[in-house]
Amino acid sequence: MAIDLQTVKKIASLARISVTDAEADALVPELNNIIGWVEQLGEVDVTGVEPMTAVIPNTLRLRDDVVTDGDVRDKVLANAPQAEHGFFAVPKVIE
Amino acid sequence: MTNLTDLTVAEIRDGFRAGDFTAREVAEGFNANVAAAKALNAFIVETPDHALAAADAADKARGEGTLLPLSGVPIGMKDLFCTAGVQTTAASHMLEGFKPTYESTVSGKLWAAGAGMLGKLNLDQFAMGSSNETSYFGNVISPWKRGGGDNAALAPGGSSGGSASAISARLCPAATGTDTGGSIRQPAAFVGISGIKPTYGRCSRWGVVAFASSLDQAGPMARTIRDNAILLESMAGFDPKDSTSLDLPVPQWEAGLSSDLRGKKVGIPKEYRVDGMPAEIDALWEKGIALLKDAGAEVVEVSLPHTKYALPTYYIIAPAEASSNLARYDGVRYGLRDLPDGANLQDMYAATRAAGFGPEVKRRIMIGTYVLSAGFYDAYYTQAQKVRTLIARDFAKAFESCDLLLTPTAPSAAFALGEKQADPLAMYLNDVFTVPASLAGLPAMSVPGGLDAQGLPLGLQIIGKALDEQGVLNAGLAIEERAGFSARPDKWW
Repeated sequence: MAIDLQTVKKIASLARISVTDAEADALVPELNNIIGWVEQLGEVDVTGVEPMTAVIPNTLRLRDDVVTDGDVRDKVLANAPQAEHGFFAVPKVIE
Repeated sequence: MTNLTDLTVAEIRDGFRAGDFTAREVAEGFNANVAAAKALNAFIVETPDHALAAADAADKARGEGTLLPLSGVPIGMKDLFCTAGVQTTAASHMLEGFKPTYESTVSGKLWAAGAGMLGKLNLDQFAMGSSNETSYFGNVISPWKRGGGDNAALAPGGSSGGSASAISARLCPAATGTDTGGSIRQPAAFVGISGIKPTYGRCSRWGVVAFASSLDQAGPMARTIRDNAILLESMAGFDPKDSTSLDLPVPQWEAGLSSDLRGKKVGIPKEYRVDGMPAEIDALWEKGIALLKDAGAEVVEVSLPHTKYALPTYYIIAPAEASSNLARYDGVRYGLRDLPDGANLQDMYAATRAAGFGPEVKRRIMIGTYVLSAGFYDAYYTQAQKVRTLIARDFAKAFESCDLLLTPTAPSAAFALGEKQADPLAMYLNDVFTVPASLAGLPAMSVPGGLDAQGLPLGLQIIGKALDEQGVLNAGLAIEERAGFSARPDKWW
């Protein structure tokens, strides 16, 4: 399927990246080239093949359900663009 | 007197222990080289004080008889590893000024082993690129030049281009790299050094800025195989903080080094003879085959039938994982925030991400978002994961009849900066030989094989069975000993 301008704008919106009209125009052929190229995978017969989930066999470990960290609020906030009263601050969400 | 900055890691370690020089002399020598090489733009942050502090600790430890494995050895750290209190950017505007309050497991292990840090090395932005042209902090320049008076600035490869350039130019004896689809091996090949991507899960990913989590692996880069073995021993090991970390003991790779390949079978995958491969790359490959035979190995042809699908598979899976991983950059918890007047929260996200990510990162996030979006997920992402299974099976089948694989590392020598930038697809094709081993999680390394007609280094790649780093290093050593690669760039910077 070809990617048109409207699709580019929708992808950008889903990815939360604002794009100008000029940027979106430029992305149409670029993304079409790349997607058109990866579409060759459709010709591979994958009947009965399971999608890979782990390259090296490994079991997911469980650990004891106990608190292992905490009490590091200031460290967590240290790189925040805006922190107030011990919280991350963001623009008003509720009108 | 020996120039200390010409020494390898092993020579620094052993000479320091023998009392031939102090760790401080070594650190001062490399600090001076780093400071004098701004033209290469290999470092984003220089940390001479870190290197000196580690050196002073090493000198003290020598006096007290409490030496550590890497005492006296200063290294470079790719700026993808979080370093406590030292800016960590992934070469992005998004993380400019970000100073982690914690240390990545791999860098922490290296400091605990006594190593010092010369600085944070430049790279492709978020490790996305094969030429180090996507860094927000400018291109890294290779110290190499083509012969014949051609003064074109060459790419050091990517994404670990700063690591490659700095080691080749003797700004550091070794450095860390990370490899998602070839980011250790291709730059190592471009500048005539060695680098190994270990088996997926050997090195902890904790504290490494994530690109594509099912592919990302840290590894060392250095001028010799022995140095790679030494570094990797200190970097690898189980980490409960990484759910995909392998709970296995770390082998003594340095002690296990042997270039005697008698009884080993080396497979030559016929599908790697791609159309349009330069004659020089083919000749290099033949030379590698001859060197391994000389070391006692038997050479057999093998088939990896799905090789041609590896790159398109990678360029679905890696962007898909990247689009998910990079969702964390939202302007709230760390990094850049762009808040236009009157903007709401959604506007802030979109403006922040537009301002903080470079063009290649945006391109990959958007491809990833597209292939994961409703209605396309099965056609692209699930299909790619199934083909990935077939690619891994190809390797497993090939390893029934051989122990190792030998291929070229890259389809060409280093290209000039700007030469491939206009076409993203042409750039992606540079990873044609390195991506398959990444998709299968296998250990793989690049070792210098010789120079091309223009005087530029070419690399040979060795791919091993899962967990057989020793076999990979040993074959690398056999090539290193026989190829006699001693070329280095003439200093112009």
